[in-house]
Amino acid sequence: MSLDLLTPSFEVIRDENKCIQCKVCSRQCANLVHRYDEEDNIMKADEIHCVNCHRCVAMCPTKALKIRKYPLEFRENANWTESAIKEIYIQSQTGGVLLASMGNPQPFPIYWDKMLLNASQVTNPSIDPLREPMETKVMIGRKPQKLEYGKNGKLLTKIAPQVELEIPIMFSAMSYGSISRNAHESLARAASELGICYNTGEGGLNKDFYKYGNNTIVQLASGRFGVHKEYLNAGAAIEIKIGQGAKPGIGGHLPGAKVDEDVSATRMIPVGSDAISPAPHHDIYSIEDLRQLIFSLKETTAYKKPVFVKIAAVHNAAAIASGIARAGADAIVIDGFRGGTGAAPARIRDNVGIPIELALASIDQRLREEGIRNEVSLIAAGSIRNSADVVKAIALGADAVYIASAAVIALGCHMCHSCSTGKCNWGIATQIPELVKRLNPDIMYKRLVNLITAWNHEIQEILGGMGINAIDSLRGNRLMLRGIGLNEKELEILGIKHAGE
Amino acid sequence: MKKIYAFESKCLGCGLCEVYCRAAHSKSKDIIKAHKRENITSAIVIEEILQPKAVSYFALQCRHCSDPKCIKACISGAMYKDEDGIVRNKKEKCVGCLSCVLVCPFGAVRKSADGKTVAKCDLCIDYGLPACVDNCPNEAIKLLDDKEAEALK
Repeated sequence: MSLDLLTPSFEVIRDENKCIQCKVCSRQCANLVHRYDEEDNIMKADEIHCVNCHRCVAMCPTKALKIRKYPLEFRENANWTESAIKEIYIQSQTGGVLLASMGNPQPFPIYWDKMLLNASQVTNPSIDPLREPMETKVMIGRKPQKLEYGKNGKLLTKIAPQVELEIPIMFSAMSYGSISRNAHESLARAASELGICYNTGEGGLNKDFYKYGNNTIVQLASGRFGVHKEYLNAGAAIEIKIGQGAKPGIGGHLPGAKVDEDVSATRMIPVGSDAISPAPHHDIYSIEDLRQLIFSLKETTAYKKPVFVKIAAVHNAAAIASGIARAGADAIVIDGFRGGTGAAPARIRDNVGIPIELALASIDQRLREEGIRNEVSLIAAGSIRNSADVVKAIALGADAVYIASAAVIALGCHMCHSCSTGKCNWGIATQIPELVKRLNPDIMYKRLVNLITAWNHEIQEILGGMGINAIDSLRGNRLMLRGIGLNEKELEILGIKHAGE
Repeated sequence: MKKIYAFESKCLGCGLCEVYCRAAHSKSKDIIKAHKRENITSAIVIEEILQPKAVSYFALQCRHCSDPKCIKACISGAMYKDEDGIVRNKKEKCVGCLSCVLVCPFGAVRKSADGKTVAKCDLCIDYGLPACVDNCPNEAIKLLDDKEAEALK
């Protein structure tokens, strides 16, 4: 083999005064970084394989380990950065597309952090959510133009099917296959306990999970894996996935190595075969085609389940969303460019798509202008990091948000961006039984419940501060937002005023 | 009485239980000192079980039998059952003959590193919650009574 030009990305610092050679690090590292040298009675590290997942650091009983950025300096160059050089080393060695995981890490503006929230002072009293009722329940689905009542006061208008969420947060699509069975179970159990929904992703639904059906959104994507009548009827709603924020315009690829017997049965594909989702749905080439699919699904489910359509936030998102609403969707999911993924080509992840904040604002505005905002619910996705992001998304016009990166972080993810290797040391993005075991659903579902409960408390506090006692009164209430450090065009798209105005 | 139960389906084989067991039974009660200066044998041991598909692990420790063979075999009267039903070993009486090690049907009594006595689980009775239970990162080791254990099986 010729010389490998790649140098380690991380350095393992071991404090020899603290290391007791217990070998926990070597047993826990699936990347085989740590090893015990019996002759010298010391632990050694092969740093080139380290992905900085912090598993060894968290497990070390004496806290003897630290991981640092590898202290190798390249000659300073604002254009040819270390990562730019290393990517060329990799590609000139492998001849392949660069694979990446999780969301876009590039330093693009984060508009959530450039918007500030309002609070009541003097003229309109704020509300204390600990003493007064505070409603965070939302209904996702098509709303009627008007309500008609009969003479006896009975509602005559037929209401389209809705998904009821106790908290306006859902766990977004992560397929069984891309994440482990235990991760899936944790999401399902947490969603059930919280009265919210999780999403199957495009990997189908294992029979063992049908019992969480009321809190499940079943997804149908271009690969149509694991889709059958029973599956479509198993959940609370159906989601047609057109695109994903992390990789707009391209399909998915689950490596055959992750397709074990259980995944194979769920996806209805042979064991060990690659599961390739095509870039487009081969039966959708127009809004009319999409309408046909939406109504085939509605027919299959006797018009009892709302149908969501998920798109990546791209340049013409507002016009596309208008088409989707007219195609008969009950909800539109918009996934921003910072949304995560188990695997995507790095160039796509880092360069395609637009921020969710701008897409959401422009879609909400467009649908209002066209008078069809009530016909669909809007769900924002793509790196909602905390409760303030949730509140800002709702003020920009979302009915609810989807979170996935935040959810996997609650499950132990340390954002090492190595999901695509299939060797997740935290038992999340892997199918290797020894690694999957590390994620104990009994422990982890509670962490998810804690996270969402905590966010819900914070949402109620923020709402109370604004003098609002129901999340419905915040939706699209952009007067509650002010921009900071944004230019005229950005303020115009977001539909908000600048701070101080 | 409550015993320690290990759950194979949750055990990662990381070995932290052994580390914390040694620390709990050290003089210093300090993980680093216990390992660097004291020569302690863990009373819990991770057994590797080879299965057709994957390696599985099981944290083995004393079952505190109702009719303990180790007590019958003990030649010096060091091994005894206390009033709570916990099988214990009085270090000052133990002569290190290893009869208990030979007769234990589980292999849960181990020769100590210095060879002078034996190491076995005492449920950390002198320290509170067993150290292995308290520190298992995946809740694979639990302190349960018979009924609770039966319910989890």
